[in-house]
Amino acid sequence: MLLVDWLYVGVFLVVGLVMAALPLAVVWALAPRLAQPQKRTTYESGVVPFGQAWAQFNVRYYLFSLVFVIFDVEVIYLYPWAIVFRQYGRYAFFVMLIFVGILLLGLVHAWRKGALEWT
Amino acid sequence: MVNWPLEIVRAVLLTVAVFTFMAVVGAMFGVLLERKVGGWIQSRLGPKHVGPQGLLQTVADTIKLLQKEHIEPRAADRAIFNTAPLVVAVAGLMSWVVIPFGTLGDRVLVVRDLNIGVVFFAAMASLTVVGILAGGFASNNKYALLGGLRSASQMISYELPLAMALIAVAMEAGTLSTVGIVEAQAGWFGSFAFRQFPAFVIFLIAATAEVNRVPFDLPEAESELVAGYFSEYTGMRFALFQLGEYGEMFAMAAMATTLFLGGWKGPVLPGVVWFLLKMYLIVFLLMWVRWTYPRYRLDQLLNLSWKVLLPAGLVWILITGYRVTF
Repeated sequence: MLLVDWLYVGVFLVVGLVMAALPLAVVWALAPRLAQPQKRTTYESGVVPFGQAWAQFNVRYYLFSLVFVIFDVEVIYLYPWAIVFRQYGRYAFFVMLIFVGILLLGLVHAWRKGALEWT
Repeated sequence: MVNWPLEIVRAVLLTVAVFTFMAVVGAMFGVLLERKVGGWIQSRLGPKHVGPQGLLQTVADTIKLLQKEHIEPRAADRAIFNTAPLVVAVAGLMSWVVIPFGTLGDRVLVVRDLNIGVVFFAAMASLTVVGILAGGFASNNKYALLGGLRSASQMISYELPLAMALIAVAMEAGTLSTVGIVEAQAGWFGSFAFRQFPAFVIFLIAATAEVNRVPFDLPEAESELVAGYFSEYTGMRFALFQLGEYGEMFAMAAMATTLFLGGWKGPVLPGVVWFLLKMYLIVFLLMWVRWTYPRYRLDQLLNLSWKVLLPAGLVWILITGYRVTF
């Protein structure tokens, strides 16, 4: 991978940031600012906010992200294989068959354990 | 030897050209098209007063948004609250680096043809979730928090089928470069929409979910979560979230064009025209779906990803591998 390629990505990132931040500067210069204490309360359908939102939430979100991490790592291994497997013929195919097979078993296990149920 | 000053100038010019192109074609025309299509489907007219046939409606809306006050909730985490929209907007635009628009002479119009283009696209597409989760969490608003969490679980779930579709295409083409993938598709029936039809379907479903559109728009379900993760955002910061979402939707459509519909290729007309035609076909499909279908429940949504699309994607990768090897 050439360094030049990343120069283009970097320039794109910087220009993108400037383009996105520019309107914010315009807003800072143009938009009104009226101090009114009620305006800065958290929206909660019109009633006075009850406590903080930074509280406990459903653990299911966490379980799904755990399963996700496992499969995301697998995907990272699939990318290089997808490019080179032609050169290595049948051998590469069967090796990947075993790898994907183990992961499918893992998915079946998570499924049967109920990690994929939202209840 | 690389001529650095020249490369920098070229990079800046290309970037500015792509951004201008996207601002006009994507943001201005895209938002209008969304509202027009919605109007037609619901037997309304859609916007029609600003400019000819409402063409300047988006410009008027932007000018209005620029004059709106920025309200920061007292309870919010200031630093994260203010940076989250920037992250979403920039992440939504970054995938455009690798998308080839067409040809000019024998040069391909693309910001940079990275040799890991497809991986770069997947990485940038999944970056949005960071901004969305940060925005929802920093707002310190219960609706925003729920919207952010839902969005996170949805986007990570659909990232996997999306990656499976990308890998299947990369296997068939034998390269991860987007230009290489377009060149691997020759003729009408050579396009991967036929040879990789299951991957195409998986990609379209996963892409719809990745950009949080109906029928997968739970993170911003108005009827239950007000506006989801951007409930607390006002004015331009709200617009930046929208910009990021539109940027990503167009990037997904452009990627579907590149990977499955043969990109800029087509007879008679110039490449850019073909590219835009195909891209707007996909965009129109997404809009059509949005204005037609009701919303999924969260458990149905996760089931579809984990129990249908993911196994299907894995099996399709193996089938593609078998076909290419033997």
